[in-house]
Amino acid sequence: MLTTSDNSTAKSRTLTSKQLPKATPWVIAVASIIVAIIISFIAFGGFNIPVVAVLAGLINIVAVFALSMSYEGRRKATDRAATTIVTSSFILACVPLISLLWLTVSKGGAAINGDLLSRTMLGMKGVLDQQYVAGEATLSGGFYHAIVGTVLITVAACIISIPIGVLTAIYLVEYSGKNKLGKAITFLVDVMTGIPSIVAGLFAFALFSTIANVIMPGAAGIAKTGFTAAVALSVLMIPIVVRNTEEILRLVPMDLREASYALGVPKWKTIVKIVLPTSVSGILSGVTIAIARVIGETAPIMVTAGFAKTLNWNLFSGWMSTLPTYIYDSQLRPVSPGDAALASSERAWAAALVLVTLVMVLNLLARIIAKVLAPKAGR
Amino acid sequence: MPTSTQTTVSGPAGAPDPDSRPASGPAQTPKAVVRPGDRIFSAATLIAGILILLILAGVALFLLAQSKDTINAQISDPSSITGGHGFFAYVWPLVVGTLISSAIALLVATPFALGIALFTTHMAPRKLAPVLGYVIDLLAAIPSVVYGLWGIALAGNLTAFYLWLSKWFGWIPIFAPDADGSVSNTGRTLLTASLVLSIMILPIITSLTREIFLQTPRLQEEAALALGATRWEMIRMSVLPFGKSGIASATMLGLGRALGETMAVAMILSPGLLTASLVVSGNQTIASEIAQNFPEAAGLRLSELITVGLVLFVITLLVNMAARAIVAKTSVKGS
Repeated sequence: MLTTSDNSTAKSRTLTSKQLPKATPWVIAVASIIVAIIISFIAFGGFNIPVVAVLAGLINIVAVFALSMSYEGRRKATDRAATTIVTSSFILACVPLISLLWLTVSKGGAAINGDLLSRTMLGMKGVLDQQYVAGEATLSGGFYHAIVGTVLITVAACIISIPIGVLTAIYLVEYSGKNKLGKAITFLVDVMTGIPSIVAGLFAFALFSTIANVIMPGAAGIAKTGFTAAVALSVLMIPIVVRNTEEILRLVPMDLREASYALGVPKWKTIVKIVLPTSVSGILSGVTIAIARVIGETAPIMVTAGFAKTLNWNLFSGWMSTLPTYIYDSQLRPVSPGDAALASSERAWAAALVLVTLVMVLNLLARIIAKVLAPKAGR
Repeated sequence: MPTSTQTTVSGPAGAPDPDSRPASGPAQTPKAVVRPGDRIFSAATLIAGILILLILAGVALFLLAQSKDTINAQISDPSSITGGHGFFAYVWPLVVGTLISSAIALLVATPFALGIALFTTHMAPRKLAPVLGYVIDLLAAIPSVVYGLWGIALAGNLTAFYLWLSKWFGWIPIFAPDADGSVSNTGRTLLTASLVLSIMILPIITSLTREIFLQTPRLQEEAALALGATRWEMIRMSVLPFGKSGIASATMLGLGRALGETMAVAMILSPGLLTASLVVSGNQTIASEIAQNFPEAAGLRLSELITVGLVLFVITLLVNMAARAIVAKTSVKGS
């Protein structure tokens, strides 16, 4: 925004209205923080961060408005007050988010080591945790099995949902035109985006326990496998893949398709050789974002794959653990209750650090893919 | 639509086309060649599309099928359902808890989300703005279980604040203290869960509204400024009216997310009976009820939880459809 505040001296008053010097908001902000600290000491008998923050914010807004009102007029004052409110709401909202990242890095970073990454919870006993808390042993246990489970289930979910998602997007963009089926699919994909993750999990469980009951009555329990979890994740992943792919496919210029048709290339070949390669960067980055989204899902995994304590490479039988369910299980059902629950909590934070890093890396990867593989701009 | 210019190559939707090359005689009107590759490919995409319809129908059907036991029990012997007073008496407090927590989350998150979106699009220094937008997108990707972990770690800090609330605002039912005048001493109350929920949906609402605000026609903004509007007046006159429907749909999508959000509530809330007060322990949400009881559930209890899930599915479905209706209604007027 261009303002002419640089010359708010008397000379320029003929052209611009009266303005406060540029540094005024900063001076007021610092002054109101100081005042808030003083009030906090007088009224609350000490330095209380939340109180100071709220007071400083309020004093700042009032002071900015009053000063500007008296010097620049009502409209400017409203503008300044609105800017202050918006800026301080931004700062205020950053506090919990920074706190979350900081806590994950500090708590997880303190606990994590190579052993945690390479061991499972096989043979874990409460005694071991009690010894650790008493300072007699190192932290035992680990989440290698959860990492393996996360990778397997996510890969399986990708194998199911990427073909379905991409093909559906192709259908919507290249084939459906404006027919009813296309519209219905678009609508239902929208609806699917809103399915709560736990409902997706319940669906997958209900589906496989119904099947299991038909094959072997009374054996609904065997429905809890890694594959069931992968199906649940696919329900969440498919709509994201469809949406992202559809968006990208619509960006492919019509000229490219028409040039291909004019050369006598069949439609399917045009799609496979022209449309998809042109949009491959967008599709891949959309898929990566979808993976990042589902890899952190907890609720659908815990209702479909249970909580495994040990390594399980088989997607089709037995319980499996993933990083999110491992975090949940460790935090809420510690190996050893009481003081020694601290050990479980530390493992949970270490796993959280790994999970957050994984999600961040996937998101960055999506950005990089979109940049590197993007088709070269013509001319 | 890309196909509209390209109708000659393939039939609509790859449906079986009786008069393509092998079947029809060569003497008829020249028809475009439909190669087997085309057939296979269009059929594959069609099947994928139909699969989506089937999945969604399947979600409803299989949940219904597994709820059969609950429905039977409700008809034959309502007292066998958890709580002993039938299914509706069981599910009602959960629905109320879910709605309350989502409403609080939405009330808290929306103003902040708008603030952040405005800040990153119109107020932050030019060079910083894309970075901030990117950071917000990253925060939207943080798994909910990590928010839950964080909420547990910090919930205790809120007790002092809750005590203060109950002391001064205890006459408002939602801040009323216990019978013995205390509040939850772990801080693990529905209000804490709602606040964490609001932080979780904040990045989602923000990134949606941010995109809307970025699409405001530049000319309108510049025209407002050229007429002498201050920045705030420009935002109020061009950015906000333009983004109205977008803001509405972003909040509704945030609401849908908050309704279905499981882990943060399941981890933070120490559940209990439905109470009006939000600063004592108690209350429960649908998703968290399922998550906390599902691992140990069997038989009728399992079926009950699935039925509860069905109720949640229906509620979120309604909210999402309402969101879409709002967008459809306002965007016609806007454009």
